Amino acid sequence: MLNIHPISKASFILAAFALVTTGLVALTHLLTEDTIAQAQENAIQQTINQLVPADMYNNAIAQDCIVKQDVNGENIRVFRARFDEHPVAVVLESIAPNGYNGRIDLLVAIDTEQRILGVRTVKHTETPGLGDKIEIKKSNWITYFAGLSVTDDNQKNWAVRNDGGMFDAFTGATITPRAVVGAVKNTLVWAQEQDLFAQGQTCGEKQ
Amino acid sequence: MNQYQEISWQGLWKNNPALVQMLGLCPLLAVTNTAVNALGLGLATLFVLIGSNITVSIVRNWIPNEIRIPVFVMVIASLVTIVQLLMNAYTYELYQTLGIFIPLIVTNCAIIGRAEAFASKNSVQFAAYDGLMMGSGFLVVLLALGAIREVLGNGTLLQGAEQIFGEAASNWHLVLFSPEQNFLLAILPPGAFIIMGLLIALKNKYDKRIEKLVIGEKTKQTIERARVTTESA
Repeated sequence: MLNIHPISKASFILAAFALVTTGLVALTHLLTEDTIAQAQENAIQQTINQLVPADMYNNAIAQDCIVKQDVNGENIRVFRARFDEHPVAVVLESIAPNGYNGRIDLLVAIDTEQRILGVRTVKHTETPGLGDKIEIKKSNWITYFAGLSVTDDNQKNWAVRNDGGMFDAFTGATITPRAVVGAVKNTLVWAQEQDLFAQGQTCGEKQ
Repeated sequence: MNQYQEISWQGLWKNNPALVQMLGLCPLLAVTNTAVNALGLGLATLFVLIGSNITVSIVRNWIPNEIRIPVFVMVIASLVTIVQLLMNAYTYELYQTLGIFIPLIVTNCAIIGRAEAFASKNSVQFAAYDGLMMGSGFLVVLLALGAIREVLGNGTLLQGAEQIFGEAASNWHLVLFSPEQNFLLAILPPGAFIIMGLLIALKNKYDKRIEKLVIGEKTKQTIERARVTTESA
């Protein structure tokens, strides 16, 4: 009669459960991996469609993507829009690290004359009802950026009204729009110095 | 009252996980700022609860008493991860909104509480039914809280229903009134606490009356409150 110590038996059972449960998770991961990637790509493509008019470009913009390091050393993705191989616009991820509740993820579209085509908030944790007016669903504040650019003359105007700038702040929430305005401005200035249509590390290689 | 009726009565009213056991309050209070968010988290919790109750009930005779808690935790954690992956794949936007609160279902004491207090002692069909009823009890409270807060705060109901039900639902939401300024107290966590308190008070006020209605005075029996931990054997 085989005599197994109760502790060994318990360990074996526990190990078996660990194997089965992780196996199930791994299986689900394998089965959903492609769908998740597809959903993420759709979400990006949808936002890009809001920012860059569809008749402006004819490449697969979501795939024409490189990874760059922004001013704060964060890895950001750059999507390039081309019309018959000619650069027409870039859509950049922009991170405002100094939101009221942490970082705010933005997408900024810039044309080749360094003018903003549009800005959208992708992800944020700002206070509902106050800071969340940066979402296009809640308010059209974010559309005010369209058509603007940063020049030596208007540098100072790139701030919220409370700081002497040209952007409205929200009642009860100045920190959120201040963070967004700052991030968009930094992105514009940064983008002017970069050759964003050059070859680079493509997004698929990012891990 | 047969056992199924008893389980329903316990899960939906008498021993409601949110109103009586006060379990899982963190996600409950945090995501109920709209009815759709509440519904999303409620359905995810319901699914995990049924799954974990069934699994625990199936394996209840194989696992030694000493390692039952780690096994429950593993079962629950993997189920939650599976739900999380599925939501990420098929309800992407809702997943973005609910974010951190999906993984946090693992720590919802209502789930391990039911595994320990009920599923590990009962047959599979009763355990599954208990999961369904407890989960529904939790879902109903979430939904009530979410609906009240959304109406008070934004003047809307079911805003963003397409995140769960697909494009067909994009015009489901009702605009009851359009406030110039959102009623912040209702949307922010303090409002959740206050409204939750009011719901509990309301439940307690009508407790006796409804109990009489459902059970009837004669068959009234003392019902044991669910314990999250068992006494040591």
